[in-house]
Amino acid sequence: MSTLLLPLLRLSAGGVAALLLATASTGCFSNRQNEGASLYQAHCSSCHGTQGEGLRRLIPPVAASDYVARNRAGLPCIVRRGMHGDVVVNGIHYNQVMPGHEDLTDSQITNLLNFVQRNWGNNNEPYTVREVSELLAPCHGSDGQ
Amino acid sequence: MTPSSLRFSLSRATVAGLLAAGSLLAACSSDTASSQPDRLPIQGIKRTKPTSPSDTLPDPVPAFQLTNQDGKVITNQTFAGKVYITDFFFATCPSICPKMQSEMLRVYEQFKDDPNVLFLSHTIDPAHDSIPVLRDYAQRLGIQDASRWHFATAPHDTVFALARAYMTGAEKDSTVAGGYAHSGTFALVDSRRRIRGMYDGMEKSQVDQLIRDLPVLLKEEAELRQTAAK
Repeated sequence: MSTLLLPLLRLSAGGVAALLLATASTGCFSNRQNEGASLYQAHCSSCHGTQGEGLRRLIPPVAASDYVARNRAGLPCIVRRGMHGDVVVNGIHYNQVMPGHEDLTDSQITNLLNFVQRNWGNNNEPYTVREVSELLAPCHGSDGQ
Repeated sequence: MTPSSLRFSLSRATVAGLLAAGSLLAACSSDTASSQPDRLPIQGIKRTKPTSPSDTLPDPVPAFQLTNQDGKVITNQTFAGKVYITDFFFATCPSICPKMQSEMLRVYEQFKDDPNVLFLSHTIDPAHDSIPVLRDYAQRLGIQDASRWHFATAPHDTVFALARAYMTGAEKDSTVAGGYAHSGTFALVDSRRRIRGMYDGMEKSQVDQLIRDLPVLLKEEAELRQTAAK
């Protein structure tokens, strides 16, 4: 019985080790690969659309958006503090109120913005968490997490 | 769970319950429960005292007077002989309104060539949503013809009372983003001021159901007109 179990145990131990290794190696970047996508759907999609398309001339798109590309440094504070007033995106004027998000951590904002920056026709440089924390300093929006 | 999200889900639960009751009613009157009914149920709540033992129908939509984005006064008479779909929103609503209005827009696109189908969006923030604000909102949404889709305002009490009549929850709530808590219910109203369907405007599948239900009601309305003409 025990001779039968032992190799099985070894096998599973090996499996666990491999799993740990895999988790650790992805962990260098982020162990929450799809967090950005799910955060987007939870916090942004109701206004900006499930595909980032926006809503007519009411809500600007975040997909294929020149604003997203040009205002890379300003986006973390917009997510944290929200925005209002006139804004031009892809040549169209928008004027709506966007709420801030006090409930997101710096790393969640990072994952969220990286998802947007790398999808739907946007092909911009991703952020590191440290960079986002620094960019959140001007609006006193960094929670250091 | 925060109180606001609780309230929101509560109102959604109410809507879901009513919707379930509605489909039960529909199932009773139809031979094949799974297929589209040939007649939509009459929905709503009876709050007034019955005038006779046989008076069991829900209250009709009460008389109202609102002002639309063109500054025109609109009343029940504006919708006479038509069917219409209502919702409640406000222009600066940061949570469910854009999603809701984009779903309403989907219904509008499907029926914009049918003059017998009208749309009525009520603002629940009349202090901010002046007529110019409503007009700007409508135009940004792509609605140029106010006589097809009214974006209407009225004093708070009027709007909140109408929301109850249309089976939508709407109230002032400083704890939620934007300051107003409301559900995303769409109500389908027939030419006799009766609610014939309620749909969660945040759920694509329910709005699809509304798009399927509308022709059923329009057929009934056409038959009604024919009978009246005889």
